[in-house]
Amino acid sequence: MRKVVVPEMPPLEREMIALRIANMLEDGSYVNLGIGIPTLVSNWIEGRDIILQAEIGMLKSGPLAEEDNIEQDRINASCQYVCELPGSSYFGIETSFAMIRGGRMDVAVLGALQVSANGDLAGWNNPARGLGKMGNIGGSMDLAVGAKKVIVAMEHFTTDGEPKIVMECTYPLTAKACVDFIVTNYAVIEVTPKGLVLKEAIPGVTAEDIKKMTAAPLTIAKDFKEMEL
Amino acid sequence: MDKVFTSAEAAIEDIFDGAVIAFSGFFSAGRPLELTKALAKKGAKNLTIVVQQVGTGNEEILELVVNGQVKKAICNYPFPRSATRGLEHSFEQAVRRGEIEMEVYPMGTFAEKLRCAGAGIPAFYTPAGVGTVVGEGKEIRVFNGTEALLETALPVDFAFVHAWKGDKEGNLVYHCTAYNYNNIMAMAGRVTIAELETLVEAGELDSNFIHTPGIFVKRVVETGRPKLEQAIV
Repeated sequence: MRKVVVPEMPPLEREMIALRIANMLEDGSYVNLGIGIPTLVSNWIEGRDIILQAEIGMLKSGPLAEEDNIEQDRINASCQYVCELPGSSYFGIETSFAMIRGGRMDVAVLGALQVSANGDLAGWNNPARGLGKMGNIGGSMDLAVGAKKVIVAMEHFTTDGEPKIVMECTYPLTAKACVDFIVTNYAVIEVTPKGLVLKEAIPGVTAEDIKKMTAAPLTIAKDFKEMEL
Repeated sequence: MDKVFTSAEAAIEDIFDGAVIAFSGFFSAGRPLELTKALAKKGAKNLTIVVQQVGTGNEEILELVVNGQVKKAICNYPFPRSATRGLEHSFEQAVRRGEIEMEVYPMGTFAEKLRCAGAGIPAFYTPAGVGTVVGEGKEIRVFNGTEALLETALPVDFAFVHAWKGDKEGNLVYHCTAYNYNNIMAMAGRVTIAELETLVEAGELDSNFIHTPGIFVKRVVETGRPKLEQAIV
């Protein structure tokens, strides 16, 4: 894969990727957040009418618990102690995935290793780890096929500087053609039936820069704009 | 009907070499700690373990691995999250050396395989895993325009579960997210053994709020509330 020249403009911090995604969520939504950057979205929705589902079996999962209100039996799917909120509920994993596969999740925010031009997602198995077809799948495959909308939260490049948005995924897939939006530390990209459409870029970075930084064809949206946070 | 055993050791005494055993729990919540420790002490071998994850917040399961008791593992999130930690992880290393066979399933599929086993459904179709390595070699059918994979039920010889409260007849109540796999594993087990934080007489639990009815549970043993562990972040 080609190496690219990255603009000098500093990219967004992970927290800011999460903030951009929080601003895309509509009030009244049920949302599941994956491990990594997606979990940080929870820091930006206080006071919003958004209900988080934790696939371990909790609806209306609350903020992270502080030292004095830890309940050892109350964790989220990232294994962090969380708080209960008025209206929270608990259930078994069978019910949790009935919600997920059954189309009740309005949005799933997932991390990714690669996303392809047609919205294929690869996120559960990094071949560099050398585990072949084995790995930690978690709830990602069910969420990718079951959620009404899938938003990927990821950095634009791997730690080795390779683009993570590619023509075709070379890593093992989580699901085919499932991604609706990609939010990176440089851009917001929509996956459409006609391919990837660049909607926003961070201040100081042009649409042409993003095209050069992306290993799949990008169309620039008619309403392309600078990202606002 | 009295299903009470006085110790974890006594409750698992008939576990045989080659048994398929499900262990409930998700990271730190809802794990059958005392039953698992008793199994390590007993030393039954060539076991197939059915468990969400091994060793990441599940040290008791790791002990079975270190003891050489595990032949095969059926999991969803088997390895440490960190690749670096995986290199020092006895389970991951045993899998890499080919000493332990593995099957990995998407979480919803893993759960549904157990639920179906408990519900008398031999197989089911699910869209999760289509077009991935999980779907390789499996029948695919299209229903209402959606591709779905054929997966089979996963019955187990023994299920170890952990409940917050239970009565002598095996009715169980779980607490917060310690609920997780407990109900479906209890349903999937030919012999389900429940360790209880608190054991009560029949009639002391509110019949309107039983999570797992006693018919799914063969044995109960009171083991107390586990000590708080730090979550794995």
